[in-house]
Amino acid sequence: MGAYLARRLATLPLLLLGISAVSFALLNLAPGDPAEIVLRQRNPGQLPNPAEVAAMRVELGLDAPLPVQYARWVSRALVGDMGQSYVTEQPVASQLARRSVPTALLTATALGLALVVAVPIGILSARRRGGVVDAVARLAALVGAAAPSYALAYGLIILFAVKLSWLPALGYGSASQVVLPAVALSLAPMAQLMRLIRASMLETLGQDYIRTARAKGLAEQTVAFRHALRNALLPAIGATGVNLGYLLSGAVIVETIFTWPGLGQLMVGAAVTRDYPVVQGFVAYIAVVVLLVNLAADIALRVADPRLRFGRDEA
Amino acid sequence: MAGATEHPGGRVLVPPVAGVNRWRRQWVALLREPGTVLGLFLVTTLLLAGLLAPWLPLDDPTEINLPDRLLSPSAEHFLGTDHLGRDTFSRIVHGARMTLLAAAITLALSMTIALTVGILSGYHGGWPDTALMGVVDLLLAFPSLILAIAVAGALGPGLFNVLLAAGAVWWVGHARIIRGVTLGTRQMEYVTAARAAGAGSRRIILRHIAPNILGPIVVIASLDVGWIILGIAGLNFLGLGAQPPTPEWGAMLNDARPHLQTAPRLLLLPGAAIFVAVLGFNLLGDGLRDLLDPRTVRQGG
Repeated sequence: MGAYLARRLATLPLLLLGISAVSFALLNLAPGDPAEIVLRQRNPGQLPNPAEVAAMRVELGLDAPLPVQYARWVSRALVGDMGQSYVTEQPVASQLARRSVPTALLTATALGLALVVAVPIGILSARRRGGVVDAVARLAALVGAAAPSYALAYGLIILFAVKLSWLPALGYGSASQVVLPAVALSLAPMAQLMRLIRASMLETLGQDYIRTARAKGLAEQTVAFRHALRNALLPAIGATGVNLGYLLSGAVIVETIFTWPGLGQLMVGAAVTRDYPVVQGFVAYIAVVVLLVNLAADIALRVADPRLRFGRDEA
Repeated sequence: MAGATEHPGGRVLVPPVAGVNRWRRQWVALLREPGTVLGLFLVTTLLLAGLLAPWLPLDDPTEINLPDRLLSPSAEHFLGTDHLGRDTFSRIVHGARMTLLAAAITLALSMTIALTVGILSGYHGGWPDTALMGVVDLLLAFPSLILAIAVAGALGPGLFNVLLAAGAVWWVGHARIIRGVTLGTRQMEYVTAARAAGAGSRRIILRHIAPNILGPIVVIASLDVGWIILGIAGLNFLGLGAQPPTPEWGAMLNDARPHLQTAPRLLLLPGAAIFVAVLGFNLLGDGLRDLLDPRTVRQGG
């Protein structure tokens, strides 16, 4: 475990450097001169003159050679300075920090919702394979995987906010406002988790040690929950990274629809107005979060699954 | 994609002992799954709508007709009209064309990158493999939709830029799978035999490795289309891609946002169209996977 952890942590700086390179490349991939875009943002409708553009290039540090710009960006990012938004002229890092709270709240609620529904239904559907619950669950999983979160979100708004007036459609602040966006966001990972848990539970129930447990005369409940479930849940831990990707990607769209003041809304606004420092900072930030959560999930998986610790670790 | 299935090596997928009969039986078995049949039906309908849209007796999907704005469904306008008096049914049908075209371009783009990277990596090994797989590992840290939004934002709004962005981020996972199959095939005895017989890299890749990759690629591609349609419609919905008046489902949803209270139909219809298209491709993809991927053991009844 110690050696594994050390190896994983050793590759971390390399990956972080790579992430910063990809984020930095985004700005330079863009056609057009960022200095010109800034000037157009600040004085809409005016064609910036070459002298202004040149002055702005110096102000933004774009006159330096690319490697110098990259080194500057990285060394500043390391101390938490990710530059300033072109549009609002606010520091990117503080915007990211402020916006993280609502996004964390939304994604955590959605993930909780997905787990609360997917785990019991996945188990039940595997235990009563071919039964009514199984059929309904498989259908729901198919529908959940194909339904676009944006259309779903509007479906929820139309039904629960416009027609029934049960819940507020938009905004942020009260508990009732989190319901609709969290439900809209949770359906895709819920469908995925349900399929995963059903499949792994089915596989586990077919193992020899389950037959042994049954042969010992243990009650079916004990076999399913004490013996099978522990192994069947392992793939769900392994899929944490994938689900986090779903949740964060989904949050970008769902936050835009529900005017939820989180990271996703910030990102979409920045992408549409070509506010590169914000886009860059956001992409790097999300990659680091995904990387760290994946690392944590891998470690959790090793703690929970001794086979990984004693088997493949030496490889 | 269609070109790939017609590859002369395609036949090699069938184990030589099995013969044509088993192949045919499997196709028949495929058509016994109700889900697969539904998927096939939905995809066929979509393809027909997309291919024939310009020749069907439909109203012009972009013609603005203000006196007819926001009409409810009627005999003349089967699904009503939008806020500019355009026929919704016609826009949905033409949207199928846009969606399929966009998905095909993105798929072709991402598959080309994935094949190049995967084969290069798996066949040559050594430092190109280490470098390319390092890039793959790195890109896997970014959620693909978020990276696509960033790339599309950097390139500026436009449908083609969205397709470029989607293709540029979508290949990453596939390259890894193709590398694995290439690596596995390269170590087969018949490849060693071919090399001993004097076959060059080009011949080995085309005659021996390509046929083995074909099966996984068809499966990946068919399972992919649904995701690609969802992703691209999402980018268009966010306003990064197709601009009005293009009849594209995601853009139509975005366009209809102000009419949420008065004409919810304008949001629900393109949403339903996306859902049906994705569902169709997912069902068909699941069926094809069961047929073509011998490693998948059928689960469920």
